[in-house]
Amino acid sequence: MEHHTATSPTADDSAGDTDVFITGLWRQNPVFVQVLGMCPTLAVTNSALNGLAMGLATTFVLLMSNTLVSLLRKAIPRQVRIASYILIIATFVTAVDYIIQALSLELHKALGAFVSLIVVNCIILGRAEAFASRNSVRRSLLDALGMGLGFVFALLCLGSVREILGSGTLVGIAVLPDGFEKWVVMLLPAGGFFTLGLWLMVFKRIKREPPRATETQP
Amino acid sequence: MTPADIEIPITTRAWPLYRALVGLGLICALIIVSAYQLTAPVIERSKTAMLEQAIFTLLPTALSKHAYRLTAQNRFEPATDKRNSARLIYAGYDAAHRLVGFAVPARGMGYQDSIELLYAYGPEQQAIIGLQVLSSRETPGLGARIASDPAFLHNFARLDVTLTPGLHLAHPIEAVPAGKKLAAWQIDSLSGATVSSRAVAAILRQSSEFWLPLLTTRQEDFTRGAPHRDLADG
Amino acid sequence: MDERPNKTLKISAAPHLASGASVERIMRNVVLALLPTTGFAVYAFGLAALLSLFTATLTCVLAEHLLCKLAGRPSTVKDWSVVITGLLYGLTLPPGLPLWMVCLGGLIAVAMGKALYGGLGYNLFNPALVGRAFLQAAFPTAMTTWTPAFSADRFTSLPGSMLAPPFGTPHYDQISGATPLAAMKFEQTLSDTVDLFLGLTSGSLGETCSLLILLGGLYLIARRMMNWRIPAGIFTAVILLSGLLHLSDAQAYPSPLFMLFSGGLMLGAMFMATDMVASPITPLGCYLYGVLIGALVVVIRLWGGMPEGVMYAILLANAVSPLIDRLIQPVAYGTRRSKDS
Repeated sequence: MEHHTATSPTADDSAGDTDVFITGLWRQNPVFVQVLGMCPTLAVTNSALNGLAMGLATTFVLLMSNTLVSLLRKAIPRQVRIASYILIIATFVTAVDYIIQALSLELHKALGAFVSLIVVNCIILGRAEAFASRNSVRRSLLDALGMGLGFVFALLCLGSVREILGSGTLVGIAVLPDGFEKWVVMLLPAGGFFTLGLWLMVFKRIKREPPRATETQP
Repeated sequence: MTPADIEIPITTRAWPLYRALVGLGLICALIIVSAYQLTAPVIERSKTAMLEQAIFTLLPTALSKHAYRLTAQNRFEPATDKRNSARLIYAGYDAAHRLVGFAVPARGMGYQDSIELLYAYGPEQQAIIGLQVLSSRETPGLGARIASDPAFLHNFARLDVTLTPGLHLAHPIEAVPAGKKLAAWQIDSLSGATVSSRAVAAILRQSSEFWLPLLTTRQEDFTRGAPHRDLADG
Repeated sequence: MDERPNKTLKISAAPHLASGASVERIMRNVVLALLPTTGFAVYAFGLAALLSLFTATLTCVLAEHLLCKLAGRPSTVKDWSVVITGLLYGLTLPPGLPLWMVCLGGLIAVAMGKALYGGLGYNLFNPALVGRAFLQAAFPTAMTTWTPAFSADRFTSLPGSMLAPPFGTPHYDQISGATPLAAMKFEQTLSDTVDLFLGLTSGSLGETCSLLILLGGLYLIARRMMNWRIPAGIFTAVILLSGLLHLSDAQAYPSPLFMLFSGGLMLGAMFMATDMVASPITPLGCYLYGVLIGALVVVIRLWGGMPEGVMYAILLANAVSPLIDRLIQPVAYGTRRSKDS
């Protein structure tokens, strides 16, 4: 369960549309930079497909809730805004839960309780509070799309590494030779933590700014 | 306060609060209900199909099946809905409407979480004649193999559950270490997954000790044979 | 901070007493204390043990050297601590484990168990056990398949499983029966206590002979290079707990002697739990830490899903040890326990 409210940096009003989109996808990537939504990130990424499904479900909820929040932003008084946002988010999560069940029971079983737990994914409430409640519908949609795809991207990164090492397959297709000894740990929760740690290291490296003289390492 | 915050209205009157919450509640209710209405038939269909497929895989000679519920008087009655599913079992019939076997759902504790099984009982053979793991959260690559390992599942192609005249299992089902199976009522454990294998054995033992005496004594409940309306046939 | 001190351990809090003990000296003695056990492993498992232990140690040393270079720190290979990590890690492995797994686990032990935390003196967990725990979780089948001890051709040939191609599945040509603990758990048969004590059973490379491990530990204790309170706490807890259970139902619970000499308890208690960095500081804390490990071992072995629990017990207690240190703080000299009295 995650309860830190995300008051992540918002793209300021002057920022262009592409900027809003890129911010979510890369600059403020919800997983690799903001380190939000860890519960689904760690729990359902034992295969690329599960990660993708979870990412898309979250993106859908994010798109819908950002739209509705932005539409109603002038009608929802400050005092009841959090309750209202949660209501909106929970509604779309319930809908997504039904839709996934209708699409594939197997997928629904694989994602388990984590579909319902999208409600408490702080990325969604964070975007509603920090962005959609004070921006136009168009910009809110772009923000949701950027953040959502950023989340999908992150889950795919984790899911593919874990699936390749843990099952020897990628998206269900065998990619490693038969004699490959599977790393069971990668399918277990512990493997999620290892992989997340490694990806965070990689991204830290990629995004590292040139070292400054005052920089101190802990 | 940033300029953006001013956009969110602050009010001291109660009416806008009610309006917002009740209005939003209505909108949300509408969304949920329509999502449910649209998806419910599809979900129901695929759930039934999944169960049906499992039953017909377990009872390959069956052409039709009916659901029965155990009543409080320990009798079996055709089930027309899915209430109280713990007391439901399925009987499979061949083309001549003869009973070929039962598919019995069972569940119990595995290594990490509960395991749900569906097993087939052949009254003629006095044996369990098939097993499918419906859901389990066993360790991937180890315990999870109870659902897929062909050698392990072969244990259940014919697992002896003969009843004594006193309606107890003549030989309680037991899991033995891998490769040590000697008798028809023993299950060869998966190597590296002893706990999960034993869990399966325990679930089967408990479930068969409960159901088999009932199924044996109430045979006539199922042989009235004439096809009737069944929830799962729809 | 560009001017890092060359030897981290020379920074210390007061009082600055020169006891002559240095990291190098202690570590050299630990290696010495481990030699009988190592020798027995080679005697019992032959070339397989020799190659496994060599690979394990070499991987750990190389990993330490490279990671230090990568982090821009002077290499700490020379203080022998990583040799101990490698050797201990090697001794916990089952004989016949594919060499590529030995390498991978060694890398993980040093990288994740030590380097990530900042090197020697900062590790939260015993690095050797981190490596083993990773292997146990990643390759449970290989980690619980045992090659028999004292096979006739052990000095002339290697088990085929060891030479599995990198990342390939091992194929075993000889598999021994269950280890004493697995036999106790799954087949309800007990091994002979004398056999256990002398190491005439199957098991991991260095865990079988309790006698030699005990001797090595006693040597270190005699030279005051090991905190005897930790093994004392572990043994007390194991004997008391399993003794009580054994008295209550001798059929269901094995005797305390069996619990003491089977599995990795002896090796774990003497050489793993006593990791100086990952264990508590105060004497009382050490007892507590030992008792916690002992109790966890008994609980995991008797009621857990796995036959052996020493590794997890020690890792868990490692995690708790900073809390124990916070809970039990010695009264500073010259101050009182409470303000009022």
